[in-house]
Amino acid sequence: MQPLAGSENYFEHDADIGIIGRGENLEVCFADAAKAVFSLMVNLSSVRPREIVTFEFEEADVELALVIWLNLLIAKAAEHHMVFCDFRLHRKGALWKAIVSGEKWQANMDRGIEVKGATLTMLSVKNDHHRWEARCVVDV
Amino acid sequence: MDMSQINRLDDFRWQLTTGKHPIILFGTKELIASMDNKVREQIENVAKLPGLVGPAMTMPDAHWGYGFPIGGVAAFDPNEGGIISAGGVGFDISCGVRCLRTNLFLPDILNQLETIAEKLFLSVPAGVGQEGFIRLKMHELDEVMLGGAKWAIDQGYGEMKALAYIEEHGCMLGADPHSVSDHAKKRQLNEMGTLGSGNHYLEVEVVEKIYDPIAAAAFGIEEGQIIIAIHCGSRGLGHQIGSDYLVQLAKSAKRLGIHLPDRELACAPILSEEGQQYLGAMRAGINCALANRQIIAALTERALTELFGTMQMETIYDVSHNTCKEEEHVVDGVRRDLYVHRKGATRALPPDHVLLPDRYRTVGQPVFIGGSMGTGSYLLAGNVGNPAFASASHGAGRQMSRSQALKKWRGRELIDELAQKGIYIRSNTMRGVAEEAPGAYKDVELVAYATEAANLARRVAFLRPLACVKG
Repeated sequence: MQPLAGSENYFEHDADIGIIGRGENLEVCFADAAKAVFSLMVNLSSVRPREIVTFEFEEADVELALVIWLNLLIAKAAEHHMVFCDFRLHRKGALWKAIVSGEKWQANMDRGIEVKGATLTMLSVKNDHHRWEARCVVDV
Repeated sequence: MDMSQINRLDDFRWQLTTGKHPIILFGTKELIASMDNKVREQIENVAKLPGLVGPAMTMPDAHWGYGFPIGGVAAFDPNEGGIISAGGVGFDISCGVRCLRTNLFLPDILNQLETIAEKLFLSVPAGVGQEGFIRLKMHELDEVMLGGAKWAIDQGYGEMKALAYIEEHGCMLGADPHSVSDHAKKRQLNEMGTLGSGNHYLEVEVVEKIYDPIAAAAFGIEEGQIIIAIHCGSRGLGHQIGSDYLVQLAKSAKRLGIHLPDRELACAPILSEEGQQYLGAMRAGINCALANRQIIAALTERALTELFGTMQMETIYDVSHNTCKEEEHVVDGVRRDLYVHRKGATRALPPDHVLLPDRYRTVGQPVFIGGSMGTGSYLLAGNVGNPAFASASHGAGRQMSRSQALKKWRGRELIDELAQKGIYIRSNTMRGVAEEAPGAYKDVELVAYATEAANLARRVAFLRPLACVKG
């Protein structure tokens, strides 16, 4: 299991919430951002990777790819009535392949708030000294 | 907010003079000064968009949003290259408020408030990860997107007489389900009749004070009467339409020759193929929201009827505050067809407007300014001479970020404190309750006062919360 999101995964926004992902490569960085999003919805430590969902998308612009990735995760989670806790992403050029896992919502889960979607606000994906950082505001 | 280059027009209207196009900020100096500088940046960017007619404006409850500020109003002329913006509508397309009057009075329910809160909590699914009681197939969802509130009534949720008191008579024309992605549709299949999360709520309120007895009589309310307010939107369907088109429009803007001051203002000319597709999808989202609030109203009525037997409930009005609508407005003496974006702003039609039901023809459209769960809300009425394309405030507006609120309050403690004051809260999320703490919002009284003083709408009644289901 990947480590849980902490306060370093968020930044301030008046009405919504800014999320941050970091990692040694884009894929890990995006997975970290996804963890930040799902940690808003539920205490991820209570979620087990019981079911796997796979999907792919194509996007050459890495900033838009972050938004598409997060929004696809939110859509897939709602479609399957699941919450995801583990995120794996593989990129080949503009093609991104995702393998994510989690479980159906359970009555005893410690719920947070719904994330409606990732926005283009304060959107950035940057590489600084071989470390990637991705951020955007999510609408809650 | 940085108040430099802001000229006072009067105590409640302020003009930003930084760009080519005028920008008007409505509110008291204190309200505007307390807004984040991002509100200023965002409305300055909105004013740079093509085809803007009249000023770009912010309402007294404005705060930092994405793309447009929340509380932002801007009108565009399609024949002058005017645009439609997904960020100018918001992710929660047609988020709005359904306000209903009951034939109950405070003494009828005073000793049952906790029971009412619990009953409503069990009757209306709320919060993240909660599905509704309705299961739809893809083709049925197309019917929702075309039929709006009427679809819900046809399924047995409420009565036809409510339609007269819903914007667009409960059904937005021009919806195009084919412009809505399968992702969006799949997201909604099990979400009809759900409240959602964040600042959404189902609240039982009492009419505490009447300001305008004539309008109050037209609204069918009097002091001590029990009112129901439902605040929610188009759920997963609308959220996904917003997500899909935000990216699509950002990608197409360059090809369409639109210079975006910021990518978050993703938009397309109204008359372009992309613009028309978004309009069709957004209108489908509006119908989904109207159907959703209709279902929740019916579930609420059933729950209260089980508790009170002969209870009656009627819609005062259902009005959205995240939309773009084609409307006729007179600008500089000329009648023009404009697309008015209201992002966190309520339409506020004046008396004698052709779209108003007869009941409100002489007093104007009911407008709802929702406050926090601990303070109260206002019912207002649309005014003649509204200077903002018939728009008004929609809520108290946040004054503190969610993370700041989380540091300051605990959900359980807030619920206990409010119960001591006679306000009973039910929620699936203590985090959500803390983020929505009354102290995280601006003073709703000040917002309503500024709204009236700026002639955006006039106060009709103050509503005090009694029981609230928080999403």
